[in-house]
Amino acid sequence: MSRAEPAPLAAPVLVRLPAALAPLFPDAPRRLEVHAATVDELVDALDARWPGMRDRICDSTPAIRRHMNVFVDGERVGLDAPLAPGADVYILTAISGG
Amino acid sequence: MTETLLVLVGTRKGAFIAATDTGRSEWSLKGPFCETWPINHVIADPATGAVYAAGGNEWFGPAVWKSTDRGETWTHSSAGLAYPPGETPIKSVWSLAIRDGVLYAGVEPAGLFRSTDGGETWSHVKGLRDHPSRPQWQPGGGGLILHSIVLHPRDPNQIWVGISSAGVFHTFDGGETWSPRNRGTRADYMPEDQRYPEVGQCVHCIVMAPGNPDRLYQQNHCGMYRSDDGGLTWESIEEGLPSSFGFPAAAHPRDPDQLFLVPLNGDIQGRFMPDAKAAVWRTRTRGSSWEDRRQGLPQENAFLNVLRQAMATDALEPAGVYFGTSSGSLYASPDEGDSWSAVAHHLPVITSVETVVIRP
Repeated sequence: MSRAEPAPLAAPVLVRLPAALAPLFPDAPRRLEVHAATVDELVDALDARWPGMRDRICDSTPAIRRHMNVFVDGERVGLDAPLAPGADVYILTAISGG
Repeated sequence: MTETLLVLVGTRKGAFIAATDTGRSEWSLKGPFCETWPINHVIADPATGAVYAAGGNEWFGPAVWKSTDRGETWTHSSAGLAYPPGETPIKSVWSLAIRDGVLYAGVEPAGLFRSTDGGETWSHVKGLRDHPSRPQWQPGGGGLILHSIVLHPRDPNQIWVGISSAGVFHTFDGGETWSPRNRGTRADYMPEDQRYPEVGQCVHCIVMAPGNPDRLYQQNHCGMYRSDDGGLTWESIEEGLPSSFGFPAAAHPRDPDQLFLVPLNGDIQGRFMPDAKAAVWRTRTRGSSWEDRRQGLPQENAFLNVLRQAMATDALEPAGVYFGTSSGSLYASPDEGDSWSAVAHHLPVITSVETVVIRP
């Protein structure tokens, strides 16, 4: 299996988006399936469907924003983390604000 | 139909819009908008009525919001609002300005961006950050922020910006090259023999006098100033004021000799209005004399602070003046500061106040 170019028929990953993103992208569902081999690719795929979503999840470093978290199969990961077919992905807002 | 005046209010928890008619006695308030993001500046394009709100959210980063229906619905974008990979990312958008459909955004860390499509996409005005003084730019209390953008009313290639605490910079060529415009402004926090540097001043706010692009007024961390040569030289106008410290400055809409300031009691004494009595100070003599205007403002236990973008005038006759406090009160004067009343209390921390007259 190639990490860089997932086979078209590979199982998609299951992504959960944070509630706080919903009002910013009213057309986006809270749960969806995406074909992506890395978290970076996943974020690009989300941005392609809902333009601007990448900027909300990632900064220009590029990196996942300081107060955002991405968990894959229960583990907190960075943008370059690989995604196995069928992986369970949570994008969450961390504790922040005042 | 009569004209509608909108007072656009940025707060730590979203944007609000107060509306009134030209009598300016009855107000309605709507908000919070922009999903309660911290909003640093809200402006309107007087040509279209479109409202733009600039800010940055702790989770989701910087963006400029837009509403074309007086706040009923909003979109947001930060496409292109970014420094190159590897540089410190933009935290927040601090200031906006618009002229002839071209929108500018000042950001933290300090830089300037331009949009020619109504805020949908942005491009970096790179020349400013290429200025050789940039390694010396130090953040002020609010961060390393570009907070004042002054556009020349006729020449689209001339822009002044204020950066805390780097000072004032000016471009003649649309942003390709910039030069400091700080001569005559003090930096009291420097050693005694270095108090008039070329850059490094803690400018708090700059505004342009109406009808006279050569005249600028400046509230600095260290004094109030007027320039009559486009910022090449500055002259102190603080004599007659109760302190040399404050944040906002608001120019009159028609009279270039008139200016409104909110002197505070000093930078290490709480930054309150002096003696806990609220007052706006007005000059009608380009800063050579001052009068405090306080009728209708609280004169007891008023520990009020007004931030750098939180005062504005309107374009009506006579001119209205508005300010918002860090404790969430919005005050309005329909008569050039002579009398005041509260539009709202208990809002979140008010970061900015601007006005627009909507004509039917």
